[in-house]
Amino acid sequence: MSEITYLEAIREAQAKALAADPRVFIYGQDVGVFGGAFKATKNLAKEFPGRVMDAPLSEDAIVGMAIGAAIEGARPIVEMQFADFSTCGLNQIVNQAATLYYRTGVNCPIVVRLPSGGTPGSGPFHSQSMEALYAHYPGLIVMTPATVEDAYSMLLEAVAIEDPVIFCEHKYLYYHLKAPMLPDVAMPVGKARIARPGRDLTIVTYSAMLHESLAAAEEIAEMDGFEIEVVDLRSVKPLDTDTVLASVARTGRMLCVGEAWPWGGVCAEVIARVMTEGFGLLDAPPQRLNAKDTPVPYHPALWGTHRPTASAIVAAARQLLET
Amino acid sequence: MSEVVKARESAGRAELVRAYRIMLSARVLEEKLAALYRGGKIKGGVFLGKGQEALSVSVGIHLRKGDIFAPLIRDQAGRMAFGDTILDTLRTYLGSSLGSMHGRDGNIHRGRPREGYYAMISHLGAMVPLVAGGLLARRMRGENGVVGATCIGDGGTSTGAFHEGLNAAAVEKLPLVVVVANNQYAYSTPNDRQFACADLVERAAGYGVAGHKADGTDLAECMRVVGGAIDAARKGAGPQLVVADLLRLVGHGEHDDASYVDPSFRKQHVGRDCLAVAAEMLVAEGLATEEQLAGWRDEAELEVDEIAARVQREPEPDPAEEEWTALSTRELEDHFA
Repeated sequence: MSEITYLEAIREAQAKALAADPRVFIYGQDVGVFGGAFKATKNLAKEFPGRVMDAPLSEDAIVGMAIGAAIEGARPIVEMQFADFSTCGLNQIVNQAATLYYRTGVNCPIVVRLPSGGTPGSGPFHSQSMEALYAHYPGLIVMTPATVEDAYSMLLEAVAIEDPVIFCEHKYLYYHLKAPMLPDVAMPVGKARIARPGRDLTIVTYSAMLHESLAAAEEIAEMDGFEIEVVDLRSVKPLDTDTVLASVARTGRMLCVGEAWPWGGVCAEVIARVMTEGFGLLDAPPQRLNAKDTPVPYHPALWGTHRPTASAIVAAARQLLET
Repeated sequence: MSEVVKARESAGRAELVRAYRIMLSARVLEEKLAALYRGGKIKGGVFLGKGQEALSVSVGIHLRKGDIFAPLIRDQAGRMAFGDTILDTLRTYLGSSLGSMHGRDGNIHRGRPREGYYAMISHLGAMVPLVAGGLLARRMRGENGVVGATCIGDGGTSTGAFHEGLNAAAVEKLPLVVVVANNQYAYSTPNDRQFACADLVERAAGYGVAGHKADGTDLAECMRVVGGAIDAARKGAGPQLVVADLLRLVGHGEHDDASYVDPSFRKQHVGRDCLAVAAEMLVAEGLATEEQLAGWRDEAELEVDEIAARVQREPEPDPAEEEWTALSTRELEDHFA
């Protein structure tokens, strides 16, 4: 394979997990012979008979059954067809999976894969970014990989972790994002990564917004001569506050960029932490750039303005650099 | 041959006596819980199963070690038949740090999932998919002859989780037994505001599972019907839905005087107290004497009183000793300043 996409990395990670551990199985809608709505489980049902199972259209039962299986020692991977539909299984995720260890001392090693985020024409119910919702609940780990390498290594780590993991994989990156090969070694979950070093401003971001932010940073470097440091959070829970603070200590300015809605979101959390723990490091009030506070619109012309884009990030960064 | 005789033959005389004594212990324990609640000794609610012991015990008693059981709110008898103890019940209600939930959860929200005894959450119906998933994992591991049972009420059958879980179990042909105690009221909501079918057991056909009906006031019949359903599931006949009619003889919780219950129910067959009915049956069938029944109650009261006194001297959970983490993976804890 000359190049591998983000989506193929997710498939490869699942194939590796299935091959390595007989306790692993995949459960979700259309994941069997069909290979999943996005083909993230292509051929896996054939390669691993009886371990990649089509589920009824029942998100509550899908997650609930995964939890029951985990209690009995299995390591289920659940594929939600779209992150948006996970609200139909929300109760099982937040009240059953997330509380099991605290209440009973029994681990709940399930992975719930959420095909997340917007793509043109997807509209209000196939575009949502739900990481903040799940991060709000104690007992869940929430991963938001932005690169092919992270999609692969973090999914493998998610399967190995003894706690429930919400794996927010971005649909916009599925086919667009490519890497020459899959990694043998990886950064551990829980550590943010400096995706681009800089000295004038820190952009803290994750998932697909990493790439918009990197494009914005390049444009600013070229046009304005400022060097923006871009921090890829990788996981939003746990959130690597130390790496963020270290970056803000270098730059004195912070802009948080997220595709999700603003209220109570990851950006709000990052700003709260930096204000609390790094107030003295700031030369200007920290800013956030999120999607607009409306449902995700269907039409690409509206969608392109609803979510942050490189040009919107450039504008926000310039304003903050001038402050 | 009378139903009682048939039931006795299938369940066995000794088994009926054992079931009765568990029902009695559950009743005596719950009377103690109500007294402790009134005395302000219990933090939080108390939810009793008075009137549902015959059905509940029939579930727990037919399950074996290695099976899965997810009881619900009114299953003290079934829990004890499956191996839960007076000690752990009292520890959980009284918030002893030595209880299985360590003060992190209370009252009926207790279990030992590693032993197949799942701890319910308050959201009704949610345990149905859990048991189904546990059974799926057991089957994938090549374990056969395992049964998973869960109990629910008439109100719980209206939830999406009940529907999704039972349907998914039927699709997978899992050995799941769902036991519905139709106690006529979901908190205060009567059956006619809960469902429109003539009888909840009719739903079995819609799911493609076997349906069974039982008189929930009759221990012998509950033992026969529930035992038969569990046996069928164990032999590979797929999910089983048991619906039993009975009356909740207490409030939803001890805070509730149940003034909304139609008093005519208490005069009907469905309003009979299953414990009194079972006692009469044991005497009539020559399985016990009145003196024995009274002796068993005295024994149960003594045991409950002794344990309750001991547990009230046990330490409460200490916030300074609490780990305050919801994750097993300590290195992935998030930190807040």
